[in-house]
Amino acid sequence: MPVRIQPEVFDAGAELVKLTNGRPDIGASVTFVGQVREMSSGNSLHTMTLEHYPAMAQAELERIESEAKGRFDIQDVEIIHRFGDLSPGDPIVLVIATSASRQPAFDAANFIMDFLKTNAPFWKKEHAADGSHWVDAKSSDDAATQRWQK
Amino acid sequence: MSSDITVLYFARLREAVGTSEELMPLPHGVSTAGDLLRHLADTDEQKKFAFEGLDIKIAVNQEQATPDTAIAAGDEIALFPPVTGG
Repeated sequence: MPVRIQPEVFDAGAELVKLTNGRPDIGASVTFVGQVREMSSGNSLHTMTLEHYPAMAQAELERIESEAKGRFDIQDVEIIHRFGDLSPGDPIVLVIATSASRQPAFDAANFIMDFLKTNAPFWKKEHAADGSHWVDAKSSDDAATQRWQK
Repeated sequence: MSSDITVLYFARLREAVGTSEELMPLPHGVSTAGDLLRHLADTDEQKKFAFEGLDIKIAVNQEQATPDTAIAAGDEIALFPPVTGG
């Protein structure tokens, strides 16, 4: 399954093996893993809750995957995004892009993460010692997505 | 097809509005997502307050939309703050 949204932890290494096993046409794989950082906005972060809009998150990630396949000379893409309660160090998101040579795989993984950040309907709520708050969207993420739109 | 629309709220907007989902008949005179936002704010003080000062993103039937996007009975309209996943 190229797009999975799940509360469970994932194993990036195992996913990479599954995606590339018996595939001599693949010469390059780029794996990106996003994790929960301990320090966020100056407060010590204890846990985080990821809320999502299930039907749209699945559809949007599939649209991003399809767009990446149209733009870059890649073989396969796998995207896993978690939701629910997470702790510092926990993996949140996995993107694997495979291609015959390295550049399309790097570009596709980068592209997918930029669009995922600005378009996929997930919201982070941080729970710290001083209370809980919703994470604000970053303009730098919008700028990262904008640069692909040319 | 249902004559109702489904309105979904997420994250801080869900908390401010006090509900995650409501089913309602397509209000008279509402033909776009922007019309619906105005209608909701005009008919409910809590929503008017919740919408104020917030950058509200809109999706119609699980696709990104704008205030100009047409809506019809049976549609699922989601309202939410800018996304922060990944």
